Amino acid sequence: MAVAALLLLLAGCSSGGQKEGGPVTLRFQSLAWQQESVAANKELVREWNAAHPDVRVEYVQGNWDSVHDQLLTSFEGGEAPDVIHDASDDLADFAYGGDLADLSGLLPARLKADIPQRSWQATTFGKGVYGVPFLQEPRVLMANSVWLRKAGVRIPTPEHPWSWAEFRKITARLSGDGRYGVAWPLKEPVSVTLNLGLSAGGTLFQRGSDGKVSVRFRAGDAVVPRTVHDQVARDRSAPASTLGSGGSDTLPGFFAGRYAMVPLGFSYRQQIEQQAPKGFQWEVLPAPAGADGLTQGVSPQTLSIAEDCPHKKEAARFIDFLLRPQNMVRLALGDWMLPTGTEALADPALHTTDRGWATGTALAARLRPAPAQSVRGYPEWKDKIATPALQEYYSGAIGLADLRKRLEKDGNLVLARYQR
Amino acid sequence: MRTRPAARAGQYAALLAYLIFLAFPFLWLLSTAFKPPRELGSLHPTWIPHRPTLANFRQAFDEQPLLHAALNSLLAALGAAVIAVLIATPMAYVMARHRTWPARAASGWVVVSQAFPFVLVIIPLFLVLKRLRLIDSLAGLTLVYVVWSLPFALWMLVGYVRAVPVELEEAAAVDGAGRLRTLVSVTAPLLAPGIAATALFAFVTAWNEFFFALVLLKSPGNQTLPVVLTHFIGAEGVADLGPLAAAAFLATLPSLVVFALLQRRITGGLIAGAVKS
Repeated sequence: MAVAALLLLLAGCSSGGQKEGGPVTLRFQSLAWQQESVAANKELVREWNAAHPDVRVEYVQGNWDSVHDQLLTSFEGGEAPDVIHDASDDLADFAYGGDLADLSGLLPARLKADIPQRSWQATTFGKGVYGVPFLQEPRVLMANSVWLRKAGVRIPTPEHPWSWAEFRKITARLSGDGRYGVAWPLKEPVSVTLNLGLSAGGTLFQRGSDGKVSVRFRAGDAVVPRTVHDQVARDRSAPASTLGSGGSDTLPGFFAGRYAMVPLGFSYRQQIEQQAPKGFQWEVLPAPAGADGLTQGVSPQTLSIAEDCPHKKEAARFIDFLLRPQNMVRLALGDWMLPTGTEALADPALHTTDRGWATGTALAARLRPAPAQSVRGYPEWKDKIATPALQEYYSGAIGLADLRKRLEKDGNLVLARYQR
Repeated sequence: MRTRPAARAGQYAALLAYLIFLAFPFLWLLSTAFKPPRELGSLHPTWIPHRPTLANFRQAFDEQPLLHAALNSLLAALGAAVIAVLIATPMAYVMARHRTWPARAASGWVVVSQAFPFVLVIIPLFLVLKRLRLIDSLAGLTLVYVVWSLPFALWMLVGYVRAVPVELEEAAAVDGAGRLRTLVSVTAPLLAPGIAATALFAFVTAWNEFFFALVLLKSPGNQTLPVVLTHFIGAEGVADLGPLAAAAFLATLPSLVVFALLQRRITGGLIAGAVKS
């Protein structure tokens, strides 16, 4: 009796399903998590629901850490959200697996034209488009303004950035007495290395005429790793202690004047703004440039539609509403990121020098899809081969020849298993 | 034999160090929950906040439905604990008192079942619950928690039942007590500490569980506290640390309260289960 009563009580607390013949209900799972970002998303959903009584959107908050596993299970069980917020580097398996709808024929021409082709490339798998890229963030240098100006170094701009060699020299000049010119938080060394490596022409993954992908570590690929390695192991202009840290872990040292610069994602400005001591003067500088200028890889945030969604057209209309230029700006400001949309990117709010917005916006045209995000076997190559190899190289435990050997020889063995 | 004062002091020092080790994460959480953002970014963090604030708690409550999520967690955890104990107790009694081959096989299966990781069972479980229309329902989640905690609860209770001397039941029978009377008046009171410890185990397991709740619940109104806590965490492990600590601190309180209420019984229960009579 007690068991039955308890189950009935619990069942009574559960939500009901969609009523027959009622308005269409779409579940929108958002991964927004910062206060302003959540507020912007909820506000937009409220506006949509007020204007579209026939298509009701239910806001569900997910989280970045477990979204892949959660979606995987939901897709298998046919219970996935209708509109899915994720990142382009997480979409490949779902796109190839038939879990996401091909948006090619669903999206309006306005939205297709507003987002540049280079951004669409990040969500194109095979012949289909499986997500709308809408927010992205370049990696930038968060810099201690007072320290840099006292040292008299040239302050780089997007028009006149530092080269990697100049960056190395400047960090060496800024270092000494237990203080460092730069702190590299390289908890995820592979994505940072590959994304920044594009600036020096690094391509690492080569696709052959047979369509198969192999790893080739060439001169362009070596520029970024060698700079970091030399800063840590030779110049002592970067501490080894932060190599295993996340970006947030380096901020206390940055605020305390231990590091002059920290390479971080553009959205970290929100944390700096919130946590920096009063009077701390900081600014956003572009990451160093190489043979390919300021080019770098990014994995844009995306909106997708589940293949099982019975109301794909309505879901596409909602995405179109969410990503109207003025709405995209609201989402970008809430997340402290850059919008992908050309019109949104032109908004004056994103061109102010305040909090480095203008620097970030100037980099937008140089952002490309992160290398390897569509390479089969990349996650295993990253976890088993590249991460330990780069960590050992950055800490000085192995040299460049060993790094090359492990990335290529061991790495290609891994990739080959996925391409038989 | 009397312990030397130096040895005794050493024992207390070791005990104190162990207690500090155990309490460290909780105390750090407590300290962080009351710190303003600027103190969280300090290179030399202090235990006592310079400017203690309740802003993190306010923000946590403003941003997330913590109370509603806590109520969901409480219902699922209490439900799981009560049902698991109600099922496990008679099973444990039979397995402990009647050492037949089915009882031995059941014991073996209980141990083996502990070896299955979450990821192996989650998709089949999801499909089964979907067929039963128990996806996105606290009843379904509670059922999962019962199934998940039952093997270990059973294993714990078998130990407690074995610790109750069978001679006591035989003495009651000699005095004319029937089987039911013996169970209610003799065995049950002696098993109470074990039942309390098992219930607490099932409660805490369900209260803290994250992944099943994440996958099985869809509606925001059904989400449990561990799932809501992750909403303070962003990409690459970046977290809204102050509100997260405040919410996490509040989330630990029910377990502490339940433990405090049952502490004496549990301690007795653990000893009863540990010592062979």
